[in-house]
Amino acid sequence: MSDAASEVLRLEALSKSYNIGLPNEAEVLHEIDLVIGRSDFAALVGPSGSGKSTLLNLIGLLDTPSSGELTLLGQATSGMADAGRTTLRGSSIGFVFQFHHLIQAFSALDNVLMPLMLTRGKPDQAAIERARELLAAVGLDTFADTRPNRLSGGQQQRVAIARALITEPALLLADEPTGNLDTRTADEVFELFRRFNRERGCAVLLVTHDPRLSSTCDRTINLVDGRIVSDAMNA
Amino acid sequence: MRRLLRGLWTEWTIAIAFLREGRAQSLMIALGVAVGVAVIVFIAALIQGLQSNIIERTLGTQAHIRLLSPDEVNRVLPAAPGILQLVQEDKRGQRLRSINNWQQISTTLDRLPELTAVSPVVSGPAFARRGEAVQSVALTGIDVARYRRIIPLERYLVSGRFRVGADEAMLGKRLADDLGVNVGMKLRLETGQQNSRVVNIAGIFELGVRELDSRYVYLDLKQAQSLLDLPGGVTVIDLTVADIFSAEAIAEQVGRLTSLKAESWIETNAQLMNALTAQSLSTNMIIVFVAISVAFGIASVLSVSVVQRTREIGILRATGATRRQIMRVFLIQGGLFGLLGSVMGIAVSYLLVWVFNTFGPGLFIITVSTTLVAAALLLATLTGVLAAAVPSRRAARLDPVVAIRYV
Repeated sequence: MSDAASEVLRLEALSKSYNIGLPNEAEVLHEIDLVIGRSDFAALVGPSGSGKSTLLNLIGLLDTPSSGELTLLGQATSGMADAGRTTLRGSSIGFVFQFHHLIQAFSALDNVLMPLMLTRGKPDQAAIERARELLAAVGLDTFADTRPNRLSGGQQQRVAIARALITEPALLLADEPTGNLDTRTADEVFELFRRFNRERGCAVLLVTHDPRLSSTCDRTINLVDGRIVSDAMNA
Repeated sequence: MRRLLRGLWTEWTIAIAFLREGRAQSLMIALGVAVGVAVIVFIAALIQGLQSNIIERTLGTQAHIRLLSPDEVNRVLPAAPGILQLVQEDKRGQRLRSINNWQQISTTLDRLPELTAVSPVVSGPAFARRGEAVQSVALTGIDVARYRRIIPLERYLVSGRFRVGADEAMLGKRLADDLGVNVGMKLRLETGQQNSRVVNIAGIFELGVRELDSRYVYLDLKQAQSLLDLPGGVTVIDLTVADIFSAEAIAEQVGRLTSLKAESWIETNAQLMNALTAQSLSTNMIIVFVAISVAFGIASVLSVSVVQRTREIGILRATGATRRQIMRVFLIQGGLFGLLGSVMGIAVSYLLVWVFNTFGPGLFIITVSTTLVAAALLLATLTGVLAAAVPSRRAARLDPVVAIRYV
């Protein structure tokens, strides 16, 4: 097991229940233990309803666990106030969702800049430069001023990836990032994750249904009914 | 302030982007606000114009405060102990008499900052005679330089000059007509026993108040004193104040200071004041209720907008927006609705005022004061922010996990 300096994320006995105290109380995650290293490239797989998205939301600090501890970059997060969690999320986690989730009122460039604008206010020239570089890296440098609704699904997802990377996060979370893309576009997007993992050294944890994609990851974590049933490095 | 604006830059940018995206919706609610603001500004300006017109007409021909000698009263000797005293009292007639020590009092009053003019006046009854025609008149002896600051008589002059030198008098238009006299002609003024004087008519004025125009004769102070047999005395000290609505309080203060009877215009025009107060009250009611309906309009539009933007709120939260930032985005939108609407509304109200002044009854001119404009802008913006309070709290409380999956 990796030591604290080389790990990004550590989950200890993390559980999540819904409707606590009600007759329909349901525990969706049962005492999950998991460590993600600095440059891991891991796939989180499992049948639908197994709790993958819930786990991803907990890791992304969008949701709070019912019990257990989640340590992100050495910081224990249980008992942290919402503002502190938001700051930590903003500075160390990048999110990519299935339905690209861009804000239609802003151009592609402004969407990429949004995480910086939210944490640091008006972006300076250096930030704008970096956003342009990222857009170029995802092959969209000519679409900087285009509104998301004028872009194709694959292009929008690439903008979302650029947005997730603008803060240079230690951990990139992706929830079915290729879920609604055709195979060729999906491969291109997946290749982007690969490249950023290699070039920028950010850990990647992506949820996917697609065995073809998960098999190309370095590590596959299999979640069934809220428990990790297997966690292995791929050959 | 600058740091605050820089700190809010992102919220501003998002709020404005949201407003621009929902252009039609934004425009409609801004129009709604504009109608409300236009009504408020127009009605406020109208009532302000009407009231200042009424007050100007009333106060143009009278002093704000009159200081008079206290009434003379009977003194009843106290009865010796053990004796029951029954008293039947006839009130004393109030004879014409001078204010004691008026020179000193008026110098003292000259130094009071609340007063803008102090004018000692002697006034009393007399008859004006020309041949067979006799009219009872009110003689008023004035110091021209001081009195013109109380009533700007030169403004009401219809012929002749504003002058009361030795053996000169000014009189009201109606009185002049009744006696058939004109500027340059002579008139005899009589005050009881053998005391009379022939004066030249220097000017004729018309104040627009029947009672004054048919009775008032202005003379030099000294001449009136000798005619009324009050050498060196004055019967009234007329005062004007800077703030006409505090006249009552100032009258009380001056009354205490001088031990004289002080009557403010508010007291002598109680009916008018009642009417004005009732009018102001109804105006304020209209303003409050229009403001409330505007606030509900803004609140409901923003509530809908929060629902429409649930997913985007979720995205913003996931990309690092705090609850406070989300709240501010919607508060700013509310404020912008108010500001935008009030700018348009004020433009409309200027148009309404122009229409009123050009095609209206023409009884008086209304103007939109800058204070009113500033107040309307501020009130509408503040209303917008307040109206946004509930929707913006709801937006801030959205669970990002749920919000982001909202379709």
